Amino acid sequence: MATINVNLISGRSIQQGVAIEGGKEKPAYRTAAGIIELDPSDFKKLGAWKNTNVRVTSDYGSVVVKAIETTQGPHPGLGFIPMGPWANAIINPDTYSTGMPTFKGVPVKVDVAMNEPILLGIELVQKLCGVK
Amino acid sequence: MTKTITDVICPFCGTLCDDVEVVVSDDGKQLLEVYNACVIGTEKFLHSQSKDRVTRPRMHQPDGSWKEVSYDEAVEYSAQMLAKAKKPLMFGWSSTNCEAQSVGNEIAEITRACCDNTAATCHGTSLIAIQDIGLPSCTLGEIKNRADRVIFWGCNPAHAHPRHMSRYSIFPRGFFTSKGQMSRKMIVVDPRVTDTAKMADVHLQVEQGKDYELLDALRVAFKGEWLPDVVAGIPKEKIREVADMMKSGRFGIIFFGMGVTQSLGKNHNIDEAIAVTKDLNEYTKFSIMPMRGHYNVTGSGEVFGWQFGFPYSVDLTRGFARYNPGDTSTIDLLIRGEIDAMFTIGSDPGAHFPISAVKQFAHIPSVCVDPHLTPTTGVSKLHVPVAFNGVEVGGNCYRMDNVPIDCRKVVEPPEGMLTDEQFLIKVRDRVRQLKGVA
Amino acid sequence: MSEYIIKNGNVFDPVQGIKGDKADVAIKDGKIVDKVGSGAKVIDAKGKTVMAGAVEIHAHIAGPKINMGRIYRPEDKLFTCTPTKGIERMGGGASIPTTFKTGYEYAKMGYTTAMEAAMPPLFSRHVHEEIRDTPIIDEGAYPVFGNNWFVLEYLKNQEIENTAAYCAWLLRVTKGYAIKLVNPGGTEAWAWGLNCLSVNDPVPYFDITPAEIIKGLIEANEYLGLPHSMHIHPNNLGNPGCYETTLDTLKLAEGYKAKNKFGREQVMHLTHSQFHSYGGTNWGDFESKAKEITDYVNKNKNITIDTGNVTLDETTTMTADGPFEHHLTGLNNLKWANIDVEVETGSGVVPYIYSPSISVCAIQWAIGLEIALMMKDPMRCYITTDHPNAGPFTRYPRVIKWLMSAKAREAQINAFKHKDKVLSQSSIGTLDREISLYELAQMTRAGPAKSLGLSGMCGGLKPGMDADVAVYNFNPDKPVANPEEIEKAFSRCAHVFKSGVEVITNGEIVSNGNKRTLWVNAKVKDNPQVMRDINEKFLKYYSMTQANYEALGHHFVPNPYALEVDATQV
Repeated sequence: MATINVNLISGRSIQQGVAIEGGKEKPAYRTAAGIIELDPSDFKKLGAWKNTNVRVTSDYGSVVVKAIETTQGPHPGLGFIPMGPWANAIINPDTYSTGMPTFKGVPVKVDVAMNEPILLGIELVQKLCGVK
Repeated sequence: MTKTITDVICPFCGTLCDDVEVVVSDDGKQLLEVYNACVIGTEKFLHSQSKDRVTRPRMHQPDGSWKEVSYDEAVEYSAQMLAKAKKPLMFGWSSTNCEAQSVGNEIAEITRACCDNTAATCHGTSLIAIQDIGLPSCTLGEIKNRADRVIFWGCNPAHAHPRHMSRYSIFPRGFFTSKGQMSRKMIVVDPRVTDTAKMADVHLQVEQGKDYELLDALRVAFKGEWLPDVVAGIPKEKIREVADMMKSGRFGIIFFGMGVTQSLGKNHNIDEAIAVTKDLNEYTKFSIMPMRGHYNVTGSGEVFGWQFGFPYSVDLTRGFARYNPGDTSTIDLLIRGEIDAMFTIGSDPGAHFPISAVKQFAHIPSVCVDPHLTPTTGVSKLHVPVAFNGVEVGGNCYRMDNVPIDCRKVVEPPEGMLTDEQFLIKVRDRVRQLKGVA
Repeated sequence: MSEYIIKNGNVFDPVQGIKGDKADVAIKDGKIVDKVGSGAKVIDAKGKTVMAGAVEIHAHIAGPKINMGRIYRPEDKLFTCTPTKGIERMGGGASIPTTFKTGYEYAKMGYTTAMEAAMPPLFSRHVHEEIRDTPIIDEGAYPVFGNNWFVLEYLKNQEIENTAAYCAWLLRVTKGYAIKLVNPGGTEAWAWGLNCLSVNDPVPYFDITPAEIIKGLIEANEYLGLPHSMHIHPNNLGNPGCYETTLDTLKLAEGYKAKNKFGREQVMHLTHSQFHSYGGTNWGDFESKAKEITDYVNKNKNITIDTGNVTLDETTTMTADGPFEHHLTGLNNLKWANIDVEVETGSGVVPYIYSPSISVCAIQWAIGLEIALMMKDPMRCYITTDHPNAGPFTRYPRVIKWLMSAKAREAQINAFKHKDKVLSQSSIGTLDREISLYELAQMTRAGPAKSLGLSGMCGGLKPGMDADVAVYNFNPDKPVANPEEIEKAFSRCAHVFKSGVEVITNGEIVSNGNKRTLWVNAKVKDNPQVMRDINEKFLKYYSMTQANYEALGHHFVPNPYALEVDATQV
């Protein structure tokens, strides 16, 4: 099992859309957005089975999500985390004076984290902010 | 018995479908079925019926529990917070109606707040580009009736605007497009083979973050000038093929989204996309349109525009409106630690802001007005649930092409719940008292 | 409601033929009355000029292209912001003021009624939201019809009754005021990147000419008997030589008589005529044809016009003449916005700088003034700047100064870099006429009100009319030492009343008023064919359902005033 580097982007998915309307406190939100979609070739480099928990780390933070095989590929070298608190734990907040954070195009490292839990959405944000 | 309400407007995304049908109980209190909406819209309507909805305001206790309070107490907390703050921020506005947005503006003006909407993390950079270069555009019906070249650049409507292609952009048989999708050529530019790209006649799998180069290359190709062998991962032959396809149409449209607004280049990417569109108008007819996310972010921009003169990131702290993205925009204000009170409504910054910005409002006085439980409510001091706009209360909204549609009320909100507008009016009136103004 | 007596002012009222007499104006319960009781509040107007509130017949002040202008020009707000002040909301914007500022600035100049010049029907809710948020002044809006698919198809088949039925329906569902044409046929052509530059150029696919559209809508307007005539921005705006297209357009009104119960006498209102009075063949030999245009309008009494004066400012052009705006951005390379509207119309926005150093701009300035000075009947020629196209409406006092003072005009001409060209390419140097205050009242009050079919309601000080009154710090008995005094006096009224409510006192805004939205409710015989056509187009070609198009709830038009028209007996 190795560490891989991928270029991270975040964005909408229809499952994420349904989940946010269903309630972000629910497990369905984590299932929809607490994931990283990886190309099969990157899975191979990672040396892990699909649906394994992984730790994704950038210069700005670190988060545990479930690695799944991409549904909209191939896109070797690119990782996709749907928009939401998991992605936003690690994307680049710098707006470079445009007002817009850099949600897409963040270099990240992905490591297998089989025994680390994936937090629910609200829980994750509260923990990172130090709020009960 | 039941009754069916037609011509219902779905309050989820900028597509603002207005052909939804909702079946409600005879007494108007229960929403039973939804027809024609996409799966996300359907979920929004149906979830309003969920039995575990929070129906009263609640204050976040230090031990993490929540204490229910009355709407009056919630009004008092909100008004005191906004009136006392030196630099309050009123953020969101994109999932509520224009009437509520207007009352919010009154409060912001009296309290000298900063106000901003979700364009801050969505099409804000498009607005900056439009302010540099303009925007040749049209309404969605023009696409339906005339477009024979449809480009989706950095957006994935199959996932984010699910009925867009069937209602407006690819499938409809319009006046001059009676063969429906057969009348159109579809081009998708995206670093992934998205579900939208799978439908395209041409998919340019651009190298992520290199859209600016590719757009620029298209402008060169229009003029038939020299190109390097590969630009942004796309071979020059393909670039020329797409350039010719665009020029040979009689009415083209570029729809664009976060792929270009949020990746590096940001507003410059959009500037270049608009320049491509302008160039094409030398050869044929072309328009460009941002795929707005929230169903009324456009409305918030319009209301800010006609009342304050700027579409987002508005600073009223000096008693008149100022605007300077990067300076007056929400993320930058938060990260510089300038905000001392956070009022969120009609959006979820807790989930959709970078965590370093969320941390900045998690420990200051804060109010979140939202029917749902969200990461924002999770870190706010006061959570005020309200009726779902577009479901339990009507009100004007603006579609992604700036067309205004008046959302309908289809079902009663839970007993005793206020709407955004009603809550804001109470806050405004209390703020006026506290500030001693007319 | 309160009683007021405005005492001892110099009154100018063309409705009653009062030409500067010292008279009192009495107000009670929102109306002008003959007299009031001793408890009435006294406004001292001694040494001041008293007129009815002015009526703006054509300005772009509310709607999607206006807001596009605001949003895409943050620089328009630089140094032009006004802070919140008591009941006055904050404002900003020089050429495209925010809605609150728009209402306040009009009121300060004594304007009490304004017409939004072009409402794209699909966006009527937006127009009405902005109208609602514009304080004090009554407003109406003109839906555009000249590129509308229903109109093009009906008029191709010469179906006037169907056209009229459709127009009545559209006025009702959009709460519109009049039938407006902008670049008829040309904006539909622009949806394919083309245009119609003469009245005989056929519209692509629809195969109808602008001349047929224009005549057809004159006939539909008179069939209905609407308060205003059809209101037209002709084809070929802004191009050297365009005056010929303008004359072709004007000639289409020959033979038609106005039919209505509102006192209107014209069948065509030609708007911003300055932009349509150009001779020459290019920008080099560009010249004024104001004489040719005014000669024609002077002789043909069934036409009214407004001037469209250039004010020599940086401004923002915006019009439903989409192809013109594309042409303009090609000339000046400034940012271009375009909004084509399905089934109905289009629009464009481009900033523009009317620099006094550019000979063409200086000649344009001259043309606008020539038109006003060469029109013989001030009741048929109204002062506008086609705001913001030829300049911001806040420059009306400056335009008034130029019209009332030959000395002021001369000073401006002498200041032009290309003075000799201005004098050779126009006849401004030969005109020494100075508009009198009475004529000013005709051109800014009584005239536009009559053209709009509102002569019973506003534009005058006759008892029974709405108490819309403006008091200016201008003493007609004192000779004007410096023309700047004219501009200053007309920039800020001493007092303004709107519908009998004091809105400006000693130059300050004291009330946000209770503005009304004026609209026309025209009833026609049931027309099942037109209703079927409407149903069909919504089903097939619009991107909104018919029920949602028709939904214009009370919150959009909180204080409506409908002018009722009965065309069921035609």
